[in-house]
Amino acid sequence: MGQTILEKIIQAHTGDEVAPGKFVWMNLDIRSARDFGGPNVVGHYVREYGESAPADAKKTYFTFDLCAPACSLKYADNQQACRDFARKHGIEVFDVDRGVGTHTFVEEGIARPNEIVVGTDSHMNILGAVGCFGQGMGDVDIAFAFKTGKTWFEVPPSAKVVLRGLPSPAADAKDLALFLCRELGTKKIALRAAEFYGDAVARLGLAGRITLCSMITEMAGIIGFVPGREAGLEAEIKKYLPGGYSPFLADDEAGYADALELDVTGLPPLVAAPFSPNNVRSLAEVRGTKIDSGFIGSCTNGRTEDFARAADILKGRSVKRGVMLKVVPATRRVYEELLKLGTIETLFRSGAIIVNPGCGGCAEGHVGLTGAGETQISTGNRNFSGKQGKGKTYLAGPAVVAASCVAGEIIGPEDL
Amino acid sequence: MEKNIRQGRVWVLLDSAGKIFEDIDTDQIYHNAHLAVTDPAQMGQYALGNLEGWKDFPRKCRPGDILVAGRNFGAGSSRQQAVDCFLTLKIGAVLAPSFAAIYFRNAVNSGFPVLRIRDLPPLLEEKKLATGDVIRIDVLSGIALDVTRRACFGIEPMSAVQYDIFKAGNLFRYGKAG
Repeated sequence: MGQTILEKIIQAHTGDEVAPGKFVWMNLDIRSARDFGGPNVVGHYVREYGESAPADAKKTYFTFDLCAPACSLKYADNQQACRDFARKHGIEVFDVDRGVGTHTFVEEGIARPNEIVVGTDSHMNILGAVGCFGQGMGDVDIAFAFKTGKTWFEVPPSAKVVLRGLPSPAADAKDLALFLCRELGTKKIALRAAEFYGDAVARLGLAGRITLCSMITEMAGIIGFVPGREAGLEAEIKKYLPGGYSPFLADDEAGYADALELDVTGLPPLVAAPFSPNNVRSLAEVRGTKIDSGFIGSCTNGRTEDFARAADILKGRSVKRGVMLKVVPATRRVYEELLKLGTIETLFRSGAIIVNPGCGGCAEGHVGLTGAGETQISTGNRNFSGKQGKGKTYLAGPAVVAASCVAGEIIGPEDL
Repeated sequence: MEKNIRQGRVWVLLDSAGKIFEDIDTDQIYHNAHLAVTDPAQMGQYALGNLEGWKDFPRKCRPGDILVAGRNFGAGSSRQQAVDCFLTLKIGAVLAPSFAAIYFRNAVNSGFPVLRIRDLPPLLEEKKLATGDVIRIDVLSGIALDVTRRACFGIEPMSAVQYDIFKAGNLFRYGKAG
């Protein structure tokens, strides 16, 4: 019997038998914690293991991306507690200047194809974008991983998702992700590793793959992989991985729990309405909804290409008076690219508020929160009730968010 | 009482229309505004603090109470506090048709019983399980009894790893024992 992509990755990290439903102990290549979860990891670690060294400090990281720089005394304390622990054990910290940890791992070549990276971030599975098995875990898991370098895992079944056709030129990777959120809901790939096939995904660049893979969590999946690739992607990923890029491919006779086929021909831009990323509507259904604020960024849409898309819309236009457009690059490197390309200037001139790199509005601690009665349109990945505050959050791609901020209401770029 | 047995009063997590909440996410269980809290003793007060109609849960629950929720319980973030807050309140278990993957792991690693309940919709529709009932569950055998109604229902027993960690107390104890 052949193996799926995830089965191959897990098999390369364990001596146990790998098959869906089997429990294995697997060796971890990288373990990490953020400023959320991190202080609790340190607390568990010190309580359980005292002063003893972690399994391998060089494979252990902290990434501060949620409350960056700390905006409350408690977070300042928490981050410093992690720094002190890290310094003592020789662990590298990607500090509050660096931005989203998962993205930093890709840029630094730390998240590598066919390897396993865990951290206190439920969107760690973004790393599926580079063929790496990323997995979010809680602070108990991560403290244990810091110390032992391993964890238990129940091998999930895999699902094969084949996309037929090509989306309309107006749609981007976020629209594809929202389409999948609608079609797959939280049931069809729940607790499964998904492999996506078809031209619509094979042609995605790294930024688009990150967008797609980041929302597997919202489909209740374990991780998503996009094995098909075009030559451009290879070059793009090699920028970060000097060692080359050869992710595992599934065997022809690999076993899948589900095989799904979806047609994306002519897919238009989509919007997820409150209060679920799976509550996906056509633009026509929500067009005209008044907005108070917009947000472009997050681990889902915080790459250079995402801001370039927004800048294309905003060039020579202004954000409507009274609307706040918040822009948060995913990482310092993205910020630098935006400076070089002049994208920051375009966004600034349009009236956008440019903020330092970080996670943005997914949690209290960075920008992108809403007040009671406020309506926001965001490129983030979640709009659960109350998550970003008492307001309502709509989710869309960067072009739709940018256009909506110009109009002061939800519209598509073609409506401008 | 034997460690495998949990007995307690049930809270079925229903919305204002009487429908069971599905896809309850970790921001509804333990809101991100309280993530800077590192002392478990402080976490209980925030349990279900962002789930419409359940904000007073920490005040009305009692140690040993058991939660029954809809499918995909614990969606969203990886925060352990969404498990820890129930441990602080000494909640006995959470039963749901399914759990989000990370939430499930976090609960397993903390030795907190999260168990898949079979055929929940008919149980609720036929009023065979409701808030206030006292139930007794055996996490190892999967035998579940509604003591109030003197009726059995099905839960999936813990897997071997889940049970071993549960028996040891948590992943740290288990790691030392194994």
